[in-house]
Amino acid sequence: MTTAVAFEKISRHFGTVKAVDAVDLDIREGEFFAMLGPSGSGKTTCLRLIAGFERPTAGRLSIFGERAEDVPPYRRNVNTVFQDYALFPHLNVTDNVAYGLMVKGVAKEERRRAADAALELVKLPGYGARRPGQLSGGQRQRVALARALVNRPKVLLLDEPLGALDLKLRENMQEELKALQKSLGITFVFVTHDQGEALSMADRIAVFDHGKVKQVGTPEEIYKTPNSRFVADFVGSSNVLPPDFVERHVGEKRWASLRPESVRLVAEGPGAIAATVISSAYLGGTTRLGLDVEGHRINAVLPAGEPCPADGKPVHISFARDDLHLMDEAG
Amino acid sequence: MRSDRSSAPLGLKIAAAAGLAFLHLPLLLIFVYAFTTEERSYQWPPPGLTLQWFAVTWNRPDVWQALGLSLKVAAISTVIAMILGTLCAAAVSRTKFFGRETISLLVILPIALPGIITGIALRSAFNLADIPFSTWTIILGHATFCVVVVYNNAVARFRRVSGSLVEASMDLGADGFQTFRHVILPNIGTALVAGGMLAFALSFDEVIVTTFTAGQQQTLPIWMLEELVRPRQRPVTNVVAMVVVLVTLLPILAAYYLTRDGDQIAGSGK
Repeated sequence: MTTAVAFEKISRHFGTVKAVDAVDLDIREGEFFAMLGPSGSGKTTCLRLIAGFERPTAGRLSIFGERAEDVPPYRRNVNTVFQDYALFPHLNVTDNVAYGLMVKGVAKEERRRAADAALELVKLPGYGARRPGQLSGGQRQRVALARALVNRPKVLLLDEPLGALDLKLRENMQEELKALQKSLGITFVFVTHDQGEALSMADRIAVFDHGKVKQVGTPEEIYKTPNSRFVADFVGSSNVLPPDFVERHVGEKRWASLRPESVRLVAEGPGAIAATVISSAYLGGTTRLGLDVEGHRINAVLPAGEPCPADGKPVHISFARDDLHLMDEAG
Repeated sequence: MRSDRSSAPLGLKIAAAAGLAFLHLPLLLIFVYAFTTEERSYQWPPPGLTLQWFAVTWNRPDVWQALGLSLKVAAISTVIAMILGTLCAAAVSRTKFFGRETISLLVILPIALPGIITGIALRSAFNLADIPFSTWTIILGHATFCVVVVYNNAVARFRRVSGSLVEASMDLGADGFQTFRHVILPNIGTALVAGGMLAFALSFDEVIVTTFTAGQQQTLPIWMLEELVRPRQRPVTNVVAMVVVLVTLLPILAAYYLTRDGDQIAGSGK
């Protein structure tokens, strides 16, 4: 599989701030790639490096095998859907969508046809004559998407595109974006701080923290086998278990993660660990229990229908050894 | 019933009317004197009314010369102000650099300073640099305060044009020039034109700075000033005054209408 975007030891420092620090990344052609991390972790700067709005202070950036550090944004075959959409307020929807073709000198009739087709693609046909100010947030985002896609970019960059939408719209848009990406086969690079969004949409995820990539992998890998406390903590509600606890129950002095759904309530017996219920939250399909285990907090998820012990009650828990994921970080 | 719908008290109405009268009656007086038959003194009421002064004015070459110079000075200093003011506004609003606020203040300063200070300063500077006084020194003098007007208009509009619009344009394949032409200019255009018109009006009736920066040249306001002390064909000055009022009022009105609904033009993208 070809590499669409390659970062080799790329850094972008702003004075003493290391926004991006020696990052290696390979984004493959045709994949839906998510850059996930808290704000200030460098994910957006990485996106801007690909778009060409930032230049790396060190390292090599290639887009489809060509060195890109010195290529200005307007000569890259890459388009961006901006967080605030950045639609041109003085142009109507058609002219917004056709902007990229207009500056390339495409004839007016052809531009119009391409813009209409792009609006069709994002399910906004017939909106061409409106101004951006007359559209809702969701519609503006579709226009921004059409405006980027009409140029047939090799890579489409999306900067927190769903951030400004309400929950229902966001869920619809997630499915639509994914379907669109599959049907077009374009490489999508997607920046988000929402782990749920990254897990449900992406083929692969890079988790960012403090300008560094902590882990790259499929959603399942990231979710089930986080390689560090940060990833385990950020990506899910995983229980992060300290080395001394892990040593006592498993025998290895390493940090480990344990998914809440792997924790079971059992009767007292060999291998069972004593715990106390601190809190419980009814979530509909499941109930989430907060447990105090030897001074550590561990979350457990009980399927609906199982009897739920009251707060303060002593219980016993157990988990399969295979469900406990030992992380690379040593104790 | 909403209280703000009810009409203002009578006293306030009278005060407002008196204020307007105070501002505009003298202007009216000047217009009336343009039609008087008495040419040596401003006698009230005018002994008779005539249109002859319009013909006289029309045939006076010195009026045409002064008018031509004023238009030339105003036009050129407006162009200079529009270029410099826009560039300055772009720099101040687009980027962050050390001393940005200071620069902003320094640009605005000439309009806050009394014209006589600007005039003296420029005169000594021109003297020091051995620059002979000419039309160009007048233009330079006027440009100093015209820049401010354009800058103020442009900087306010730049602030409302989201920075990501420029990035979006570059992202879509437009180079710097295309971005300026297709995105920046349409969004700041009306503000620029309005600033330019105000600058033109300011320059057209400027006296103080002109007095200090002119050589033998006479702009229209200077010509009027000289004419007032000479008791010959006085109503000609009044005819010219009417022209000056029109030439300066029209651009200001146009500028007002252009910026009035500016919110719709620049602010609707977000």
